[in-house]
Amino acid sequence: MQKLSEAQAKEYWKRNRSLMIRLMAIWFIVSFGFGIIGVDLLNTVQVGGYKLGFWFAQQGSIFVFIGLIFYYVVAMARLDREFGVEED
Amino acid sequence: MDLATTTYIVVGFTFLIYIGIAIAARAGDTREFYVAGGGVHPIANGMATAADWMSAASFISMAGLIGISYNGYGGSVFLMGWTGGYVILAMLLAPYLRKYGKFTVPEFIGDRYYSDTARVVAVICLILCSVTYVIGQMKGIGVAFSRFLETDYETGLYTGMVIVFFYAVLGGMKGITYTQIAQYVVLILAYTIPAIFISLQLTGNPIPQLGLGSTLVGSDTFLLDKLDQVLAETGFKEYTTSVRLSQVNMFAYTASLMIGTAGLPHVIIRFFTVPKVRDARKSAGWALIFIAILYTTAPAVAAMARLNIMQTIEPAPGQNLVIDQRPQWFKTWEQTGLLAIEDKNGDGRLQYVADPQRNELVKLDNDILVLANPEIARLPNWIIALVAAGGLAAALSTAAGLLLAISSAISHDLLKSTFYPTISEQMERNASRGAMALAVFGAGYLGLNPPGFAAGTVALAFGLAAASIFPALMMGIFSSRVTREGAVAGMVVGLGVTLFYVFQHKGIMFVADWRFLPGLAPNWFFGIEPNAFGCIGAAINFAVAMGVTSLTREPPERVRNLVQEIRIPAGMPSAPSDH
Repeated sequence: MQKLSEAQAKEYWKRNRSLMIRLMAIWFIVSFGFGIIGVDLLNTVQVGGYKLGFWFAQQGSIFVFIGLIFYYVVAMARLDREFGVEED
Repeated sequence: MDLATTTYIVVGFTFLIYIGIAIAARAGDTREFYVAGGGVHPIANGMATAADWMSAASFISMAGLIGISYNGYGGSVFLMGWTGGYVILAMLLAPYLRKYGKFTVPEFIGDRYYSDTARVVAVICLILCSVTYVIGQMKGIGVAFSRFLETDYETGLYTGMVIVFFYAVLGGMKGITYTQIAQYVVLILAYTIPAIFISLQLTGNPIPQLGLGSTLVGSDTFLLDKLDQVLAETGFKEYTTSVRLSQVNMFAYTASLMIGTAGLPHVIIRFFTVPKVRDARKSAGWALIFIAILYTTAPAVAAMARLNIMQTIEPAPGQNLVIDQRPQWFKTWEQTGLLAIEDKNGDGRLQYVADPQRNELVKLDNDILVLANPEIARLPNWIIALVAAGGLAAALSTAAGLLLAISSAISHDLLKSTFYPTISEQMERNASRGAMALAVFGAGYLGLNPPGFAAGTVALAFGLAAASIFPALMMGIFSSRVTREGAVAGMVVGLGVTLFYVFQHKGIMFVADWRFLPGLAPNWFFGIEPNAFGCIGAAINFAVAMGVTSLTREPPERVRNLVQEIRIPAGMPSAPSDH
């Protein structure tokens, strides 16, 4: 297990944070954005029996949440390996 | 075999499983007692977290809240709010708290904010939100027993107390983890099987998530369109678009539930049980998958059961149900008081309309949707029995997790870390068991003598967790500058403001006579209802903490090192050399 220099530790945290910010932006858009703020607009689109805004509010956002977490798991595992900080 | 016997057999069988697991997995040492030895597989922990998290409210009440009280779209606040919090947990809290690697949430707050005061304040916040939450579970247990097993409410509650006491006290976190896994299996089967049947009956599609977007059997009309139309004819708002109070309120409500979810200690401590930081991330994802199975089914149950009820009462416009010919399940549930009818216009038929003057379905409890669903869909007795077992599993699993969070805060944070540091490990565990016993009886007492506030309690727990614990944890990880004075002031003010807003409205401790400042209009703060106020409390917490931090001396170097250390999964950053 190697020790990170201060600069490396900073870089690791910066990359983690920018990944988080991007994923949390999607998190915000699918729930608050599609499900609440823009729901009327999206409801003009019909997918099967669902109004799209209603679908995001009651189903879609939840599926996206799952995808976001697992994307984060994979991306962070890659980042951990790159900086040599993964656990054995 | 009659329903009561079947129910006794099914519920009794599940209880035997829980007790068997508790005996097999009892905790041997302190690490097993608090964090199940730290060796729980991330998928297993995901499942346990799902059961820990999904309470009697999720299982019994949520579909009805969506389908009846919040009239469809408005109920989305629960669906998004109670799942979106896991994204916050997975990215912003769980991995770092796991890296920190100790036993409790107040322990982290005490260490990070280098202060016994901060730790004790965190313990108080934890106990406030966990106790309010556990009362709801105890009530759920009593209600499930009395409705399905035809015992009285008290007997049901006592039985529930004994079962929880037995496996939580004996098994600690280790016993709780493995019983929660079994309880997840029971509750998810109990929820999805009736949903599959009702979806098949209405839409021909066995997957409720797809059935909700399908056409009705034997017609070209989509289920949701039909529901919108039926509700419009009876004067209700449209199901797919009716907002809860206002968009601002829905935004705040969803945000509060998300932040509150991420700040609930009994959920957070589940992530201390996995071996590694990356397991904590993974585990949050698995937890959300297991939760989503129920949470994406719930809106289908809500819409389908609502449509079923509307159409039972008025199969075609004007052809209302003759009251004397009402189905058996009506009569069954009238006896429990969850359903009541009153033939106001004396025509011998039942009218269910939005206008309260003319509405003859004078009582339709939210819990009916899930509890009576199998009977409405004419499913066999064993499925009804399974629903009873599922409701109990949901309440028991959450109650156990909460009791552990409460007792470990008392034995570990108050005794071991603050007031009695020389306590031995054995004594600490016994103290924890004692605290748990007290908590069980305290919660049981409040479940038996609900001081008028039982109905509002679970929602309050989210507000409190959002306004007090979540900001302290997040700032503790994402800033190495926030000081103990800042954190303590933030928690106290966040908690205080939230309690003020809720109690001003609903009365102190929800006693209606104890409302204060009656001159203020309901929901006076931007139209936000009290249950949705947690995110405002959280924002105030952040602001106060930042403000006070800028006026106080910066944290010692060891604290800054701790913050650097928890951000990296393995190893430590080398100590900064430039000062």
